[in-house]
Amino acid sequence: MATIDVHNAPRDAAGEALPLYKLYRPAAHYRDREHEFDAVKMGVWVFLATEILLFSGMFVGYAVLRMLHPEAFYNGSHYLEVKWGLLNTVVLLFSSYTVAAAVRNAQMGQLTWLKRNIVITMLCGVAFLLVKFVFEYSKKWAEGKLPGMFFSYPGAHDPSEPLWWGIYWGATGIHAVHVTIGIALFGWLYLGARRGKYGPEHYTAVEGVALYWHIVDIVWIFLFPLLYLVH
Amino acid sequence: MSSITGTQGHDLPHGGHDHHDVSYLHPKGGAAAVVWDWMTTVDHKKIGVMYLVAVLFMFFLGGVAALAVRLELFYPTQIDQATGQVVSGQLFNTGETWAKGNETYNRIFTLHGVIMVFLFIVPSIPASLGNFLLPLLIGAKDVAFPRLNLASWYVYLFGSIFAIISIIRGGVDTGWTFYTPYSTMTPVDHWAVVWMIVAAFILGFSSIFTGLNFVVTVHKLRAPGMGWFDMPLFVWGIYSTAIIQVLATPVIGITLLLLVFERLFSIGIFDPRLGGDPVLFQHFFWFYSHPVVYVMILPGFAVISEVVTTHARKNIFGYRAVAFSSIAIAGISFIVWGHHMFTSQGEVASAIFSALTFLVAIPTAVKVFNWTATLYKGSIAMTTPMLYALGFLFTFSIGGLTGLFLGCLATDLHLHDTYFIVAHFHYVMMGGTVIAFIAGLHHWWPKMFGRMYSELGGKIGFFLVFIGFNLTFFPQFILGTQGMPRRYASYLEEYTFLHQLSTIGSWVLALGLFTHLFVFIHSLVAGKKAPPNPWGSLTLEWTHAASPPIEHNFHHEPVVTHGPYPYDDVLPAQTKPGEFVLPPPLPSGRKAH
Repeated sequence: MATIDVHNAPRDAAGEALPLYKLYRPAAHYRDREHEFDAVKMGVWVFLATEILLFSGMFVGYAVLRMLHPEAFYNGSHYLEVKWGLLNTVVLLFSSYTVAAAVRNAQMGQLTWLKRNIVITMLCGVAFLLVKFVFEYSKKWAEGKLPGMFFSYPGAHDPSEPLWWGIYWGATGIHAVHVTIGIALFGWLYLGARRGKYGPEHYTAVEGVALYWHIVDIVWIFLFPLLYLVH
Repeated sequence: MSSITGTQGHDLPHGGHDHHDVSYLHPKGGAAAVVWDWMTTVDHKKIGVMYLVAVLFMFFLGGVAALAVRLELFYPTQIDQATGQVVSGQLFNTGETWAKGNETYNRIFTLHGVIMVFLFIVPSIPASLGNFLLPLLIGAKDVAFPRLNLASWYVYLFGSIFAIISIIRGGVDTGWTFYTPYSTMTPVDHWAVVWMIVAAFILGFSSIFTGLNFVVTVHKLRAPGMGWFDMPLFVWGIYSTAIIQVLATPVIGITLLLLVFERLFSIGIFDPRLGGDPVLFQHFFWFYSHPVVYVMILPGFAVISEVVTTHARKNIFGYRAVAFSSIAIAGISFIVWGHHMFTSQGEVASAIFSALTFLVAIPTAVKVFNWTATLYKGSIAMTTPMLYALGFLFTFSIGGLTGLFLGCLATDLHLHDTYFIVAHFHYVMMGGTVIAFIAGLHHWWPKMFGRMYSELGGKIGFFLVFIGFNLTFFPQFILGTQGMPRRYASYLEEYTFLHQLSTIGSWVLALGLFTHLFVFIHSLVAGKKAPPNPWGSLTLEWTHAASPPIEHNFHHEPVVTHGPYPYDDVLPAQTKPGEFVLPPPLPSGRKAH
């Protein structure tokens, strides 16, 4: 991507400095901005396909182990508190709305709301992790509800419950890593948005990160019922 | 017709009046500047060359391990049944115990497998030739995401470092398949196992980056006028490969991640002691690793399609059949993984997977028949690439057909885990992919480095490789049918002759490969300067780009007006004299198509 000299930026007819997004030049091997936007968007979609397949391993593991040890998984879901899972689901669904709104803001040139929506989405991500760590992970850790060899919870009803915790920690842990990466990406987007990098002529990065955030949400939409609701 | 002859050499660079006109190999300043330029380049050609150097180095390392394995089997470890003392076999157990010698052998063949699969053959053709050629073949300036492309090389390097750390710590003895529960319990160095699994995990990202880049490049960066069915078949092969890389690699990612958790934290998912399921690991593993077999072979098919058409000067027979068969193989590859597990899964599942496995034979046979039909009445030039393509048709067909024996349940139960299967996949991987890789290297060498190589040297190399390869692996088919199990450091006396024949073959093979190395180095140092189109090929990288190409590939974005192989419309007389090494003239009275 071309670097732009902010202080000597070209100005419009009225002498106002043009915002950075109007100055954006696509990489040399693309014909124009549209061409680059199309290619990047397709790249993001292909990447999302890889994400789905990554998580599919966890889901297949869940299905197979549930089939082998239905009792352990039945007990397991009773150890989880639906209210925290539900709260996190609401938080993520709301953030999906705000990130979609951010893309719209960029397209419409509503740059103040673009920044606000990016920040709100990022805060939702942080809230999700806080709920996860403060109300769920730390408690379970303290009670010894841990995977495999680390399992030390005395009240287990089924010898295979350590497996359930393996799936729980594995699936939600990998998801939490994705949330963390999402938060970092929103921080990066915010810095760019503050400098005026995104607007109607150029919002590729906003769209790409938004798509990523949607897939993080969708994975949770599947994890929530599988882990918390199915008895 | 005029549009074809009109473009010959038309857009090739003339002077050196502006820096965009110089070859991509032209050094930019002093030694430090050149190194920095290569390390930070986003030019797909340079990244392709860097990958080429890296994978050839890994091929060398994996090859050394293979020679060591064969050497052990020349004089195998043997013990006196009565006393339990080692009586012969000097390579891996001098002065040590029988068990120690066997364990060393296990590490060496694991080393061979891991290096050859993850570090050599998966990235081999796509990352080196594919990176270099894909944009050139579709008339683009670069791949869609050049920085991601560079990242993929660094991720590959990073993954290799992890593998090397593991090797330095003593290596692993799990086999390249890391089957649980052995891989989570093996007594070799704990961290060696962890680093090796992490290495494979990291290398997966490199593969995904390359695949993602290629999928988008093929969709979005084709030159104006190039429809899907105007693409050279190399592009179809690489595109199918990229689809598999993108869809299968994440599954090995999660599998290896869970395996590392299992090894480090004993989370139990694959551990039967905790109620986990080791067969689940096999399913996960082969859901990636079977499709990845086609990541290894489809690029080989891709190369052969180009070599056969160019050096026989014939349009491909059945363009769409060859193109669609690549896609069909990519699709079928995802539903046959269970044939690696005939002995560990239920009978019904095995029967279904067996039936599905036979489907692979159809698109594969379509390709082989179409290449053969392309040769028919072509004016075949017996160049080194063509010799390799012909060798490929022979060895790959043996590899493919013996696959049917293994896909059939009844015969597989006898042949399972014997040398038959070792011979089968070496005929496909080495006799298919590696042979095609060498064919492609000779075909595109003048384009990549702007130098011709010694044809005589290339041919000598071919005959050594071809004879050595068959001598190494054909006896293994016989050994397998006679019951010689794979992965053993020792064997009964009856197998001695065939094993020793195989080992001698491995030396001939190594000699052939070193001949090629010597020929290539000689070409770089003292080779004749290559013309833009030494073979008289009609694809864009030969007709519209210099040898070696300029930094931006083409002076102007090429406009494509015809399919990739209109040889039937181009009489040899119409190609520029002196520019092409023309194939022998057609016998009088015969038309060119």
